[in-house]
Amino acid sequence: MAMSRDVIFKKVQEVLVDALGADEEEVTANATLMGDLGAESIDFLDIVFRLEKAFGMKVPREELFPVESLLNNTDLVSSGKLTEQGLAELRAKVPHTDLHEFEKNPDINKLADLFTVNAIVNYVDSHLNPA
Amino acid sequence: MRWIWIDKFVEFESGRRAVSVKNVSLAEEHLHDHFPGYPVMPECLLIEAMAQTAGILVGQARNFQEKVVLAKISKAVFLDCVLPGDSLRIEARMETISPEAAGTTGRITRSEQLIAEIDLMFSHVDQNLAGKKFPKDNFVFTGLFTSLLQEIALNHTRPEPQPTESGA
Repeated sequence: MAMSRDVIFKKVQEVLVDALGADEEEVTANATLMGDLGAESIDFLDIVFRLEKAFGMKVPREELFPVESLLNNTDLVSSGKLTEQGLAELRAKVPHTDLHEFEKNPDINKLADLFTVNAIVNYVDSHLNPA
Repeated sequence: MRWIWIDKFVEFESGRRAVSVKNVSLAEEHLHDHFPGYPVMPECLLIEAMAQTAGILVGQARNFQEKVVLAKISKAVFLDCVLPGDSLRIEARMETISPEAAGTTGRITRSEQLIAEIDLMFSHVDQNLAGKKFPKDNFVFTGLFTSLLQEIALNHTRPEPQPTESGA
């Protein structure tokens, strides 16, 4: 069933307020889950569980937060940065994420900054309202 | 699980819900310090009681093959003090379970009165996010806790007590 972006954002906001104990005002579109909202690794699973419940859809963790498999592959990471091949993989895995800034300096420590509230909204939007 | 903080299970529906009982006794030494002259069960130990109840529910759902470790206290709200002599009913429900983790919600009551609401998340540590390796033996579910579940298994098969003739 089609759901407007505003409604999706509101629900994602609720999920993050509950999962991370964040204030509603903090959960803005550009807030990063780890940097701004203090998420830790177990919180990502909590968020996945709550999204599944809120939207009644299956959310494979690796699809929404696909970092692990990239970092464990030496072809994709070199000297702490993603290689061209790594970037290509990342682009394919996270079509719902804006990689523009990250591509200028694909430092793996900055991967965490990609996980923004907007990235989750984009993910849900693309699954509920396929183009 | 290396120490047991609940007394017994009274209900157990595999993968769905479990209810345990914890009787609070003044013989528990920590109550003499918490607090002198006014013994109150520490709230962290209410969380422990829920963690054991829910943790066993989560472990049993995967036949105790996973190492189930408390990973997150999603919610803990306490509505009244628990005192010596209280009998607590600890009810845990499975909300979600996946290969990596499980989420539970729970309520602690005393004679129908709500005492606490505690929601938890457990990690199946062998499947955890960092890909760390843990000892092969299941250090969580040792033989100690099985007696807890034995009793509920026995209760399910125990025949109804037959009335006996009274001499009076």
